[in-house]
Amino acid sequence: MDLLRDAVLIGVLLGCFYAAVSLGLSISFGLLDVPHVAHPAFLVLASYTVFFLNENYGIDPLLAGLLVTPLFFLLGLAVYRLYYETFEKRGSDAGVRGIAFFFGVAFIIEVLIILHFGVDQRSVTATYVGKAWRIGDMRIPFRLVVAFVVAAALTILLTLYLSRTFMGRAIRAVAQDQEALRLMGANPIRIKQWAFGIATGVLGIAGALLIIVAPVEPTLDRTYIGRTFCVVVMAGLGSMTGTLVAAIILGVAETIVLTLFGASWAPAISFGMLLGVLAVRPQGLFGRLS
Amino acid sequence: MKRNGSFFWIGATVFLAAALLMTQIIGNQYPFFACYVILQFIVLAVAWSILGGYAGYVNFGTSAFFGVGVYTAVFLFKAFGAPLAAQIAAAAAVGALMGFALGLLTLRMQGIFFSIATIALTIVIETSITNWRYVGGAAGIQMQRPVVTEPFNNYVQMLFFVQALLVVLAVAISRYIQNSWIGRGLQALKDDELAAECTGVPTLRLKLLACVISGALMCAAGAPAAMYLQYADPSSAFNLNYSVSVLAMSLIGGTAHWAGPVVGAILLGTTQQLLTVTISSEVNVLVLGVMLVLFVVAAPEGVIGLIRRVRRNRNEGKA
Repeated sequence: MDLLRDAVLIGVLLGCFYAAVSLGLSISFGLLDVPHVAHPAFLVLASYTVFFLNENYGIDPLLAGLLVTPLFFLLGLAVYRLYYETFEKRGSDAGVRGIAFFFGVAFIIEVLIILHFGVDQRSVTATYVGKAWRIGDMRIPFRLVVAFVVAAALTILLTLYLSRTFMGRAIRAVAQDQEALRLMGANPIRIKQWAFGIATGVLGIAGALLIIVAPVEPTLDRTYIGRTFCVVVMAGLGSMTGTLVAAIILGVAETIVLTLFGASWAPAISFGMLLGVLAVRPQGLFGRLS
Repeated sequence: MKRNGSFFWIGATVFLAAALLMTQIIGNQYPFFACYVILQFIVLAVAWSILGGYAGYVNFGTSAFFGVGVYTAVFLFKAFGAPLAAQIAAAAAVGALMGFALGLLTLRMQGIFFSIATIALTIVIETSITNWRYVGGAAGIQMQRPVVTEPFNNYVQMLFFVQALLVVLAVAISRYIQNSWIGRGLQALKDDELAAECTGVPTLRLKLLACVISGALMCAAGAPAAMYLQYADPSSAFNLNYSVSVLAMSLIGGTAHWAGPVVGAILLGTTQQLLTVTISSEVNVLVLGVMLVLFVVAAPEGVIGLIRRVRRNRNEGKA
């Protein structure tokens, strides 16, 4: 019973971390319908950039994540521009070619990381990595608590941004009806580009969390394709609070299976849940109906 | 059409004869090792295009089918010492069943969601195999090749010829589908599934058929790989690289014609073999990514599309 209680608690913390790495995809895939399978690859790239800053200049990983964020924002603007010009503008089967395109991008990023950093696992050093909190007989790794706090803050900030600010509302409007927005005199492409920039920029922080929570390796993105897409699809495309809830469900499910059946079954959880959600309830738990 | 048909079969016979002749003349083993991989990719790419090209359902689960093919062979060999032909036939049967299941998935999802579901399917199957101790689990399994039968004097040469047979089989099936009502029906449902259904195209039956054929061929192509490597482990048998390579080959060649994936597989497969030998396998993956992005962005119709465009321009010039 204790084992199960621990699993649930760790699962909730882990789930919040999953929410942080999925928020960007929730915008880019959920709201903008971009089949962004390279999202986890960008995430791992952010982690390696954080690692680079931490290793060479001793910058705190979270601070490094903040520093990386503007760079990734610009990268996101550029990637969306390219995607729009080559696929969305031409129309026909943009989704299918887009997914091939992003797979190509993911492979390129993977190899560039391997060529520059090698295939070894990398981790960062900071005062809060490696310590643990003790509550009674429970031991909670401090790095998970850090990830939890940052992830929760990030989710709240993004939710507020999308619901309270002018630009945030414009982003949700463009997801609902692009043509209507065009008739109101706004440029939907500029708004989408901005949103994609934010979705990619968030990865700066998320990448920092990724390398704080566990060591990273260049091909880690392949596991995270399952996790992030599972969370976003389960949440119902584009819902931020839904993302948090779905991520917590995934986190708890993963830790429970991990404790009961062992680590070798772990990769199947996220992908299995993804498959189940797609087959049974494609609109997700908090889905907008299209 | 008739003349084209006889040309095709003469070409296929010449190809097989040349492959057989190669095994008798060339003593060096390396060409067979390299060509085997290219032939295997031709089968995979052609099989992929039956569903992905004609019907427009982009399947990222090539590695799932390939891996299941490998492990069907491993299981049969370990349990019964089954001969190669039985391994391939069984793999094809299992692949057909898997294809049927995949076809049922298309009922509920299309487009990107179908693609994502196929990736998910791959990982779920891979994890199940990883946890199956009998076939080696995560550590993989070693296999001893049986004695080779005449007229071949080496097992790899035999595998090479078997894969050449599979190439002819796959291409013949793909060509038949393209030229028959099946291909036209698939084309119709690719353009607009609802409209096709309304005009009386049996979309579900066609999709199931395409999935079953495609799946059976992919699994069959995977079955000899266990004996080829004399080793199998889940993370390489189910490697995502297979899916992306095959997708890239089909897109590079062009998916509108059966020759597209063949051209793409030869081009990319040869490049990859050369790169792996001369530089490294990492650069190999880099080239795969770059080629994929380049072709998707700059030549969405692939090599076949480029050739057609050049021809059309020339004809317009004449007129």
